[in-house]
Formats: sequence, C-alpha cells, structure tokens
Amino acid sequence: MTVADRPAPPAAKAAAPAADAFLARARALTVDGPAWFAARRAEALARFAARGFPTLRDEDWKYTSLARLAATPWAPPDRAPPRAEVAARVQRSRLHLAGGLVLVFVDGRYAPDLSVVPPQLAGVLFGSLADALRNAPSHLEPHLARIAAGGDRPFADLSTAGFDDGVLLHATPGTCVPVPVEVLHVTTRPGTASFPRTLVVAESGSRVTVVEHHVALTDAPYVSMPVVEVAVAQHAAVEHVLWQEEADTAFHVATVAAHQARDSRFSSCVLTLGGALARTDVDVTLDGEGAEATLHGLNLVFGARHADQHTRLDHARPHGTSRQLYKSILDGTAVGVFNGKVIVRPGAQKTDAQQAQHNLLLSPGATADTKPELEIYADDVKCAHGATVGRLDDDKLFYLRSRGLPEAAARDLLLRAFARDVTDRIQIEAVRVRLDRWMTERMPALAGREDRT
Amino acid sequence: MLEIRGLHARVVGKEILKGVDLTVRAGEVHAIMGPNGSGKSTLAGVLAGRETFDVTAGTVTFDGKDLLPLSPEERAWAGVFLGFQYPVEIPGVTNATFLRAAINARRKQRGEAELDAVDFLKLVKQQMRLLQMDETFLHRSLNEGFSGGEKKRNEILQMALLSPRLAVLDETDSGLDIDALRVVAGGVNALRGPDRAIVLVTHYQRLLDYVKPDHVHVLSAGRIVRSGGPELAKELEAKGYGWLAGPAAKPAATKA
Repeated sequence: MTVADRPAPPAAKAAAPAADAFLARARALTVDGPAWFAARRAEALARFAARGFPTLRDEDWKYTSLARLAATPWAPPDRAPPRAEVAARVQRSRLHLAGGLVLVFVDGRYAPDLSVVPPQLAGVLFGSLADALRNAPSHLEPHLARIAAGGDRPFADLSTAGFDDGVLLHATPGTCVPVPVEVLHVTTRPGTASFPRTLVVAESGSRVTVVEHHVALTDAPYVSMPVVEVAVAQHAAVEHVLWQEEADTAFHVATVAAHQARDSRFSSCVLTLGGALARTDVDVTLDGEGAEATLHGLNLVFGARHADQHTRLDHARPHGTSRQLYKSILDGTAVGVFNGKVIVRPGAQKTDAQQAQHNLLLSPGATADTKPELEIYADDVKCAHGATVGRLDDDKLFYLRSRGLPEAAARDLLLRAFARDVTDRIQIEAVRVRLDRWMTERMPALAGREDRT
Repeated sequence: MLEIRGLHARVVGKEILKGVDLTVRAGEVHAIMGPNGSGKSTLAGVLAGRETFDVTAGTVTFDGKDLLPLSPEERAWAGVFLGFQYPVEIPGVTNATFLRAAINARRKQRGEAELDAVDFLKLVKQQMRLLQMDETFLHRSLNEGFSGGEKKRNEILQMALLSPRLAVLDETDSGLDIDALRVVAGGVNALRGPDRAIVLVTHYQRLLDYVKPDHVHVLSAGRIVRSGGPELAKELEAKGYGWLAGPAAKPAATKA
C-alpha cells in the first residue's frame, strides 16, 4: 500500500556510478520465474531508474547522505568466495542451537553445503528463494515484493530489481518451529554489492523465530542491501532479529517489512553494531484487528559512523497494539538518527501505540537526531511517544566510583545498564550472550574514549 | 586517622566550607551536626572526592597520606566510605551485580582473588539477614523504586560488605522510621572497632540515641563552631541551633 504519496524529488540524478552499475546489473538479470514476478521486477527497475538514489532533499533521507555509496560503481560479487575461510567464519558466527536450522548465504547466494538442516523439521518449507521462484511460486505471489512495496522505499525497489537469490521460510498452518532459525549472511568480497532477500511466511497459528546475522570476511568497503518481508497470518507469531555486525567500513541499508493479519504478533529487534553507514527501515502494517507489534533496537555507534533507524507503524485496523523502544549509544563523531512514524488509519479505533527512543552521547562530537511522527486519523486511540538525548550521569558515576569501581568499569556498567531494557527483550539467550561478549570486547574502547574508526 | 586542616571548598562558585578543622582518631565516632545549609553534606562529599566540589584551601590527610589528589575509587580502596544522603538510583544494574563489582574491585586492588557467585551470595545474604533485608533486593535494580528506608539500609549493607576504615554517613537517619533506624544503627555499631572510625553527619540528635558518639561538633556557616561530648547533642536538641549561629559564635578548637 502506498502510505504517503509524495512526489518524487526532481530528477536529482547527478553522477551516480552506483545507480548506473546497479541498473546495468539488474537489466542483465535473466528472470527465471513467473510472469507476475517479472512484472514486479520490471516495475521496480523502472521506478528506481526514474528516481535514482534519494538525496538529502528527500524528507526520509534528510539526515543520511548516500553520496559516498552512490559514488562507487559497486560490482556484483564474483562466484568464487574463499571456501575454507567462509566455512570457518560460519562455524565461528553461528549460534550452535541444538536442533536448529541454519541457512547460510554467501554474498547473497544460498550455500546449501554450509547450511545445517536438522533431521526433524515438520511443517517448515525453506531454502533458496531463487529455487522457489522456479518451482512452486503461487504461494509467494501475495507476499513477495508486495509487503516491502517500493514507491517511497527506493531500496526495496533496488532489491526487487536486483536480487538473484534469497531465503524462503514458510511455516505451514499451526506449525510451531521450536528452535530459532538462523540465517547467516556472509559478505566476502570488498567493492561488491549484494541484495540479501528474505521472505518469511507464517501461516495461521504458526510460530517462528528468525535470526538474521550479517557478518563479513573483509574490512574494506562493500554494500549490503537486505530486504526482509514477513507475512504474519492470523494468530501467527513471528519474532525477527536483524543482527547487523557488518565491517566498520561497510554500507548497510536494510528494510524489514511485515504485514500482520488479525490477532497476530510480530516482534522485530534490530542490533546495529557495524557499518560506516547503517540505515534500517522497519515498516509494519497491522492489517487485522487485535494485531500486536513489538519493535526494539540497539545502535552501538562509534568513530565517525552513522546509524539511521526509521520505523513506520501503520495501524490500519482497530484494537492494534504497538510498542517501540530504540536506544543508541553514540561516541566519537558518530551520528544516530531515529525517525518513528506511527499512522493510525480512519477506523483503527482502540489503537494503543507507544514509542520511545533514547540516546546516550559519550563524547561532545557525537550527535543524535530523533523525531517522532504521528499521523492519527481515528479519535479513540492511545498514542504516546518520548525521546531523550543525554550523557552519562555524573551522579551515577560518582556513586559507583565511591564504592571502589574504577572509572572505566563504572562507565561500562552504566552503558550496559542503558542498553539493558532493549537487550532483556531479546528472547534468544544465545544472542544475548553474544551481544554481551561483543560489548565486553568493544565497550572498553567506548569507556576509555578511544574512538574507533 | 583523619586530619582536616583549614579546609575551604566551593560548590558552583560559592564558598561553602570556610576553614574546617577536624581530627578523627581510630576507634572514634564523631557526630557533625548543624542546620541546613551549614556545609555538612559538602564536607562529606569533599571527603569522598566528589569532583564538582572544588577545594580551594586546606589539607585532608588520611592515615598520614594526602587524600585530596585521590580519585573517588582510590579513596574507596584506601578505606573511605560515604553513605549517601540521597543514594542514586541506577536502573538496569541489579543490586547483586553492583555489590559484587564493588567487593571485587576492592579485592582486586588488594591483590586478593575475586569472589565467585557462590561465595558472594553467601556473604551478602548473611549481611542482609542482619539488616533485615529481603533477598529480593539483590535482584532489583540498584535503589530503583526503593523506599527511603530501603535505600538507607542498602547503604549500610554496602558499608558492611566493604568494611571501610572510615565511614562518613551523610544524613543516614533521615527518612527512617523507628524500626529502620534501629536496624541502621545496629549496622553502624557493628562496624565500630579500634581501628575504624565513623563520622555521622546529621541534622537531628535522634540517631545518636542509638549510636553513641565520642565527640559532637557543630558546623555552622562553613566552620566548626563548637565541639563537645555527647551532651552537646542533647543541648542542641533542647535549644536548637539558633544560639550558636550568631556572630558571637567563635570557631572552637576541635578536641584532638
């Protein structure tokens, strides 16, 4: 659905080697799938070709410049990633959940030989989206490139035009997937762009948790533009974790879009730990009565990095509930951006929407821009929002230090405490443990004010 | 143990302490009394190393060493403890995490092995029983949503676990009902010993019914204007501070 039909910005297509490279690549893709998909792909391609990358003049991109991303003609990943290294990285990165399905994608392509398929997995269809498009695509038609509609989301268009593989995860009615499904996206090649694509279809009464973990084997710049579409049928429950641990030089522009039917539950957690430029859009449509969405995220940003979190919560039906909690810890000259749009459609009475966004600035050079945006067209609703930007509290630091905690340890404790109400909401213990370890390894740098680049 | 000489201190540019002299020896309990705004809390904060308090003149030595250049944590390691008038609430840090971190920071500083979770719990639960604190306090965020009395008990619990050589308790009796006051006083009395000292900063005499001081000082307008024995506290209780605050009040020599 189109939410805000705003006019496309005037042809602001200055020299954009990236756009030209993407378009050439998309045009060269041979579409091996049904006609409806070919049509959607062509539309998306045409839209992106007409519009190009958003600029700072675009309201949705006011604080996030894509100039550096647009200036490089990113190449497609070649087809020979370094096997042994990738396998080692997969071993190191995966959560090793007993009985869990692990789907590995290398540079955007499914790697069945690195994936782990447990013997008993009744009621779940999974695998390569490219294969699914070739074989039995009718059940994809209502969802694929529909939930993450293009229009005002140019990166959804770019993905639809350019992805050549992806994840399909389909829980049949009433299926409860007992162990979280892990999708590991490994980028191996610097200078390349990949379009990780995910479609999760949770049919009525099913329940599934998906952890998408983005890691890299390179420290040099690359682009990853994941698009995740989640269809949550009535009474179904999906929990999605986007755990972004890209290289610190990478560009990561992600879209997580969910469509919720009656009495469904959707939960999204975005952990932004890497990327020179990270932008994540979480778009949720509560399109059935009594749907419930819980969105939370944690950005840990230092050096000269830039992390932008946008959310768009569309309450289209009555009795919907949404809860949003996003937190950022910013150091160095890092920039944190948050924009949270909540739309309550006419007739979506008894909507209960809450949004909170909090920023902790650790250095004078760090900045946070945070903005709630409420568009309410129903009268019997509860909508609350709150945002704060603050620094470490001297009184708290003094209290801890007066009990003998060294200053660095006191800071560390306060940083963790700040993050805790987000991290406590992560249901998967193994992710919490990993995140905690990541913080332990990286936090001393924060605490000691050694800005990392 | 503690020697304060000619101490002057400013808080946001305003001079609050105007020449404090005080000597506290091992084994002693001192009470520092005085009206609101006399500088009691500033004195306590300066001793603990609060960085927003600016010492402009004077010296403070602790066990013969200059205390003033030390950071708050270094003072804690040296054995100084400040019981806060308003203990700080820290959401997201459980009391147990905090207490264990505090104990282990001290042990590490002394070259002792850190306490593991089991030994820590044994130690802390034993102290909590003495202070009549429910074990659920361990798993709550530090001071968050604690009542005034619970916060003060928690201060005393920290003091008991860290067993400082010098405890400075800033208005620890405020906001306590009589039962809590007895428990807190019991905690303070348990710390008394020949190689420790306690400085009670208080507005009212009431705590001194339970913790007998050896010396009582009156702080007024940034100076100690009178010192005496426990009977001075009774006198203040009866007469208030007004009779001391006038221009006639001369700085009295501290009992050394």
